[in-house]
Amino acid sequence: MTDFEFPPSIDSRPVYGKLETRPGHAHLFIADAEGAAAILDFAAANADIMANSHIIYIPKDCGEKYVAQLEALNASQLYVGPSYPAAMSRINHVLATAHMGIQLYLAGTEGLMSETRTTATNAGVSLDSIQLEHRGSLSRRMQCVHCKGITENVITDPYVCSHCGLNLFVRDHYSERLGVFQGVRVDAEDHGNVPDAVELYK
Amino acid sequence: MSAGAEKISVTVSEKVVLNDLVTRFQFKRTDGGSFPAFSGGAHTVIEMKDGDMTRLNPYSLMSNPLLPDVYEISIRRDEDGRGGSKFMHDKVNVGDEMVLSYPVNLFSLDLRARKQLMIAGGIGITPFIAQIKQMSLLGGNFELHYSVRTKSLGSYVDELMDQHPNNVHIYHDDQEERIELEQLLSGQPLGTHVYVCGPKGMIDWVRSTAQSLGWPESSIHFEEFLAPQSGKPFSATLSKSNVTVEVGEHESLLEAIERAGVDAPYLCRGGACGQCETRVLEHDGEIKHHDHWLEDEERACGDKIMPCVSRFEGKTLVLDR
Amino acid sequence: MTIQFNDETFKDDYTFKNSKKALARFPFPFHEDSYMYSVNLEPHVTTRSGSVFEKGFDVDEHYVSEMRDRAEVLAQDPLRSQSLPHMTLAGWDFLELVMENKAKDYPDLFELHKDGSTWRWINKPLGIDDTFTFLDDTTLPYGPLEYIGRQTQGDHVLLDQREDNLWADAGIVTTQADWSLDFDIGMNFNQWHAPVPLAAELGIFKRALKFLMNIQLGAPARRLNWTMTVNPLLDTSPENYAEWGIQKTDMNVDTVGAKQHLRVELQTLWRLPRSNALVFPIRCYLASFEDIATVPKWGRRLHRVVRDIPDELATYKGFIDNKPLMLDFLSKFDDGLPTSDGIWPDIETEPPLQK
Repeated sequence: MTDFEFPPSIDSRPVYGKLETRPGHAHLFIADAEGAAAILDFAAANADIMANSHIIYIPKDCGEKYVAQLEALNASQLYVGPSYPAAMSRINHVLATAHMGIQLYLAGTEGLMSETRTTATNAGVSLDSIQLEHRGSLSRRMQCVHCKGITENVITDPYVCSHCGLNLFVRDHYSERLGVFQGVRVDAEDHGNVPDAVELYK
Repeated sequence: MSAGAEKISVTVSEKVVLNDLVTRFQFKRTDGGSFPAFSGGAHTVIEMKDGDMTRLNPYSLMSNPLLPDVYEISIRRDEDGRGGSKFMHDKVNVGDEMVLSYPVNLFSLDLRARKQLMIAGGIGITPFIAQIKQMSLLGGNFELHYSVRTKSLGSYVDELMDQHPNNVHIYHDDQEERIELEQLLSGQPLGTHVYVCGPKGMIDWVRSTAQSLGWPESSIHFEEFLAPQSGKPFSATLSKSNVTVEVGEHESLLEAIERAGVDAPYLCRGGACGQCETRVLEHDGEIKHHDHWLEDEERACGDKIMPCVSRFEGKTLVLDR
Repeated sequence: MTIQFNDETFKDDYTFKNSKKALARFPFPFHEDSYMYSVNLEPHVTTRSGSVFEKGFDVDEHYVSEMRDRAEVLAQDPLRSQSLPHMTLAGWDFLELVMENKAKDYPDLFELHKDGSTWRWINKPLGIDDTFTFLDDTTLPYGPLEYIGRQTQGDHVLLDQREDNLWADAGIVTTQADWSLDFDIGMNFNQWHAPVPLAAELGIFKRALKFLMNIQLGAPARRLNWTMTVNPLLDTSPENYAEWGIQKTDMNVDTVGAKQHLRVELQTLWRLPRSNALVFPIRCYLASFEDIATVPKWGRRLHRVVRDIPDELATYKGFIDNKPLMLDFLSKFDDGLPTSDGIWPDIETEPPLQK
């Protein structure tokens, strides 16, 4: 269960729940930072599937905090990696060799879960085989509708596109296919009039 | 818009008895034109005039879906049914004129799939024949597992084995050949979709096995035409039309409504598509829900009924028709 | 039927103009003096000879120039035309639908000759004469959706029907009212409508989705939608918002009549045979406020609709800031007289402006 209560929003905005038990022959967990806690909570009630589980964890600022506990789960495979891009080749390989019946469990930041879900659906995993549980940072993965560049870890509104430099306001409109929220130029109708950045959800 | 899909006047151009149970019918358009193209898995509803009774039965189309100059269906004779299949087998002949509906598809292929895994039992082979023709013309990865009672009752087995020897697997019940379902569903690549059409038991078996092995719902497809069940006769009052119909033992509520000349919407006539959903304004008795469409709460609430397959037992039933 | 095609632009110098004939058949969308959302779907059947509802795919004087504008937008931004791989078959279905309809309805302008799978398509206004093999994309210069979309007015979205929902899995979109195909492609019905305020609470989308999923072959449906645009700009995309957004602020009391346009979308929905998908053509018609005001009933009605529209809708449709200026202009054409029901101009029966 996420420790943050997202305010109600539009129908395209993803809503996260709690990881639930599902039948399957293989279970793939991908998490970052505080997402490890969601895996630990789930494993406590589902120890029997750990023998068929592959855990891919990117600690980020959590460092060693959860690593020992994850190791103690005795999953058939555990990988602790320095970053998501570094983990990509492993994730792609697991997906390329997976069979129907694999269950995916994503936990942590919206950015990680979004990007991973997109990778998984591109590899042929159905949306209904993928569960998401939010933990930790509230930052978003944003795409600039003008230059199409993606900016990670956005926590203010408006924000500056890391590619083209425009000031963009943060929309709740979300694309599952791309794994991003939409950013639109904030001063389009009044060039130069950029409101002060405010932290999201505050 | 009136009930059902657009209609086409046709003439029976071929009638071929395939085996003791199954006969194939081929139709050409009476006006000589070509038929609408369709998507594999679609069915047509045939209008049969049997004396003063009009039957409307859905049958899967088997013809080439992409450029069809004929429509073809295969019908399995059902001795215990309501008479539609017997009527077709015994009373319809080459040269007869009939009416078909435009195709309607409630069992379409998910074209995103990287592999289509098809499981057929008996007459359930028919929608797959059209789908396989489609895939052969457009390219696509498919695999068919087809269970038949005996070799002689294996409709289209020879044709399928000839044309697709590497993609078709046949299982003869009388030779104890069984689909190794768990094994089959355990090693499929990501992006495989499974489709099952056949007797209810087979459909339930494939669905539950796939679910227990972790296959997501979106990848499991099935088509089951529920034939309307017979039951005790009952009355229904159609409040808008100001008429009361007496539903006979062997006719459905929908058929009784139609017999009374009231235009009621329908599509599949088999309890699956939701199109005939009718509001119950009043009832004193028990609604017998036999459909796949309503949610449990809707059934319990008693304010909706699917007249194509459901019935009623009791004193009063008033419908919003 | 001969159509005199305009040579006009929909950006930069904006030479777009409606002839009297075009204005007379403009699909004014308001059937009463106020506006609220509804599932206003009706069968798409031939209605009123000469109107935009007569033909399956309406062709008018703006055809050639609109297609030129489209080609320019696509050259600048090819992401406006995309088709997820499984939608190619639906693209062919759509190509057949347009070709057959246009060849039947405008035989002087379009011809379709079939010899088995070998088809020859002649589009006289655009100077096209192409022979290709139906269902074989190697024989067309673009995928089928883009090929025919470049010759058909309006945006076109292909909707895959699965999992009890509709998915916008392909489209050619260059005349949109501020939504991004590249962002929305792959979304389902609920997701792509998410930004529309109020409608979800009214249950509009739930009912509409059910209706759409039951549309059958040979029985298309249609509805009208509308918004406001400053200048007769077709490409009001989020991608180019920075360029056109600023134009909204560049109107004053003297220019609002000519620059403010009512933008009406004639949306049709057709079941496609081989793919079982739906195609959703969104045909855009523009008329300036000053032109609309020459029709007394429309002048009265438009004023009342804009005056009474809820702020959320005016905001969502992007004209909340210009609303006072618009009312300033429109009020001159509202003499308070009653208006007849329905969208038609009713020139013979509706009295001229009494002011």
